Amino acid sequence: MIGKWQRVGMMGAALATSQSTLADYAYNLQIPASQVAQDVFELHNLIMLVCLGIFIVVFGAMFYSLLKHRKSVGHKAAHFHENTTVEVIWTVIPFVILMGMAYPAAKVVIDMKDTTNPDMTIKITGYQWKWGYDYLNDDISFYSMLSTPREQIYGAAEKGEHYLLEVDEPMVVPVGKRVRLLITANDVLHSWWVPALGAKQDAIPGFIRDSWFKADRIGTYRGQCVELCGKDHGFMPIVVEVVSEEDYAAWLAKKKGAAQSAAGDNTKTFEIADLMARGEQVYQANCAACHQADGMGMAGVFPAISGSKVANGPIEDHIALVLNGVPGTAMAAFAGMLSDADVAAVVTYQRNAWNNKMGDLAQPAEIAAARGGAATEAAAPAAQ
Amino acid sequence: MSDAAHAHDDHSHGHPTGIMRWLTTTNHKDIGTMYLWFALIMLFSAGTMALLIRAELFQPGMQLTNPDFFNQLTTMHGLIMIFGAIMPAFSGFANWQVPLMLGAPDMAFPRMNNWAFWMLPVAGLMLMASFLLPGGAVAGGWTMYPPLFIQGGISYDLTILAVHIMGLSSIMGSINIATTILNMRAPGLTLMKMPLFCWTWLITAYLLIATMPVLAGAVTMLLTDRNFGTHFFNAAGGGDPVMFQHIFWFFAHPEVYILILPAFGIVSQIIPTFARKPLFGYASMVYATASIAILSFIVWAHHMFTVGMPAAAQLFFMFSTMLIAVPTGVKVFNWVATMWKGSLTFETPMLFAIAFVCLFTIGGFSGLVLAIAPVDIQLHDTYYVVAHFHYVLVSGALFSIFAGIYYWLPKWTGNMYNETLGKWHFWLSVIGMNLVFFPMHFLGLAGMPRRIPDYALQFTEFNQIATVGAFIFGFSQLLFLAVVLKTVKGGEKASSRVWEGAEGLEWTLPSPAPYHTFETAPVVK
Repeated sequence: MIGKWQRVGMMGAALATSQSTLADYAYNLQIPASQVAQDVFELHNLIMLVCLGIFIVVFGAMFYSLLKHRKSVGHKAAHFHENTTVEVIWTVIPFVILMGMAYPAAKVVIDMKDTTNPDMTIKITGYQWKWGYDYLNDDISFYSMLSTPREQIYGAAEKGEHYLLEVDEPMVVPVGKRVRLLITANDVLHSWWVPALGAKQDAIPGFIRDSWFKADRIGTYRGQCVELCGKDHGFMPIVVEVVSEEDYAAWLAKKKGAAQSAAGDNTKTFEIADLMARGEQVYQANCAACHQADGMGMAGVFPAISGSKVANGPIEDHIALVLNGVPGTAMAAFAGMLSDADVAAVVTYQRNAWNNKMGDLAQPAEIAAARGGAATEAAAPAAQ
Repeated sequence: MSDAAHAHDDHSHGHPTGIMRWLTTTNHKDIGTMYLWFALIMLFSAGTMALLIRAELFQPGMQLTNPDFFNQLTTMHGLIMIFGAIMPAFSGFANWQVPLMLGAPDMAFPRMNNWAFWMLPVAGLMLMASFLLPGGAVAGGWTMYPPLFIQGGISYDLTILAVHIMGLSSIMGSINIATTILNMRAPGLTLMKMPLFCWTWLITAYLLIATMPVLAGAVTMLLTDRNFGTHFFNAAGGGDPVMFQHIFWFFAHPEVYILILPAFGIVSQIIPTFARKPLFGYASMVYATASIAILSFIVWAHHMFTVGMPAAAQLFFMFSTMLIAVPTGVKVFNWVATMWKGSLTFETPMLFAIAFVCLFTIGGFSGLVLAIAPVDIQLHDTYYVVAHFHYVLVSGALFSIFAGIYYWLPKWTGNMYNETLGKWHFWLSVIGMNLVFFPMHFLGLAGMPRRIPDYALQFTEFNQIATVGAFIFGFSQLLFLAVVLKTVKGGEKASSRVWEGAEGLEWTLPSPAPYHTFETAPVVK
């Protein structure tokens, strides 16, 4: 028996020393970058200490008993089997300890729920599988999606420092400002979480929920979607860059300039080669996750586009499908997500890539026209 | 685990033999045995899925699976472990032990008992077969949250049907157990003299009867949303996706106690036996179990702190959840007090029972951490939660099942198991289990979400420890299978009492327990 306990102890000690020699082990919550995250950090430490104390007392008693009150050392069993005083004491004491925990916890709950008096408001929308950000005070909008290359995920390239926690367009906020978040989703449930900022809120389609944070320190903070949202749930990270007031103003000016030049594309007429090149990029960013880079989809889950009836049928129907999606499936309505130029490009690409050789093309003006009439046309299949 | 030889003890004429014996049996021992074998097969199936999950997570990047198949594995692992392994195993124990402990000749409704069991393999097959359907098995998580669950293919409908069948089976099983306990106790065996295992199962049966119809309602609404154009959970049609979560957790929180109360019962039988001392605080154990069951109906929304509910609701659910720590604490204190000043020996059932008390309490403490709403909001849907519920379900429910099997197998088969192999199984399981799940606390704290097939580089080391632990834990269960098979086939003969300190009616019977027992009710003084 003694030998067995020693063996377990040695294994534990070996494990503990091997862990302390490695730098990458983190044992607690991330270093807080906001007051709420700091409060949660301290609350967690407090509760852990209380639990640890109780654990040591209770299991200290148990292991003392396991060592001293064993038959093999000749201990004879006592016969007591109840003691009202003791039982009342060990019901009341935990209750009192819990009240001591409940009070500081309640204060943090109330603080977390107080979203009043924001300095700025950002609407966040979850999509399968990217995040959309709308800066309501500054009238800019953009999407933010994973920028880790597929080669890194599938082992064809070495993984970068921020593997899976990097995006093409981070959310940027000024330091020290109260940022109110309005969070919703477009398709299924998602959940927006940045651990260091202490903000987590489920994104629910059809409902808007709010949360807030005030970042104390300049820096880059990373998080992930934390509500299962389908195939690429693990591949829609969140990056928040907290910058100085001046840097934020510069970033805003740059974003607004980019938005204007993008709007200009919607009135142009393109050559097919330009549409194909742009369409491939749009396809890779928005469609390939389900329909695959080769347009073959995934049998039984996501339909193929290569050789499909839609991509080889009337172009009006094809445009309507992309704009309106298919309700009740993973096929989202892209009307709100892609510009006229992008829709024109991606439809053109899908009709002329892989086994599809339609030879026709869509121009941004046709998409703008389809947007006007599409709502009523699309209502018909949706109602079936 | 009575074998075919016992059929000879059966005095009625024309009883079928071979497969028909098992298909048509109404004997509680046969049905108990079938429940336990079914649970073991499901344990190995869902365990294999867990090993695939852990193998994929051994290092960053996608290696063995694709993201969609990974989600199928996590979803099916959860569904099958809960509905296929843990719940049927406890039903198996109830079938074997409740009549023996009460001095009853059989269950109250023997034919319904047969039906309740035989629905399960059908549902289990349907679940497993869904892997072969176009689009594969269900990948929306065992919690089945819409709208994601609305998106899936044919296997989603099949899974809803399977959940319905398993729910029906549970309702029938629990009506049977509750009726048996209330009506078929031996003369003199009052409720407050019953073995605690019967008490915990009586309360569990009521929880099942109350909550299984709620689950059935929730999945039926999913079915009609998917196929018949209703919009219960579709905001575009005036529905509410969060309403599903309220209904689901109104079922699934009591379900958590359905999975642990019988475990409390088993452990409360075993500890007094090997402490050679009566259970401390029997009455307070009964009251604590009942309090936990009642509280379980008013805490459901602590699974939903991040959906964005008002502060008042968060506070209510936080306080009510913290309250559960009080009766749970009473139970742990009572078990320790039972061991205190006993005359302890450490046979395999006792080792598993002690590990249960210790490790279940770790799961209880992480539960308390998660009850604190602000901390839960940070940790919700991370690996911390995965660590928490595996401490409760693996070192809790599953360890109690192992303990119970080692404890009663000599009574069921008439043979002693091999103590050396049993102890090897215990130590490998306890070390493996902690290696898998303890590092997950740190992963969750550091910010690793659950249900992801690939992860950022800083999570690598703890994931590797967890995977190594998972393979140790998984393969040591083959040792358990070997011990059980060896004991069924033969071994040192067991006495009728089996354990020096064992108390209760089942130990007055010879080992193995005859095919028919207590045809004349014993009298309890």
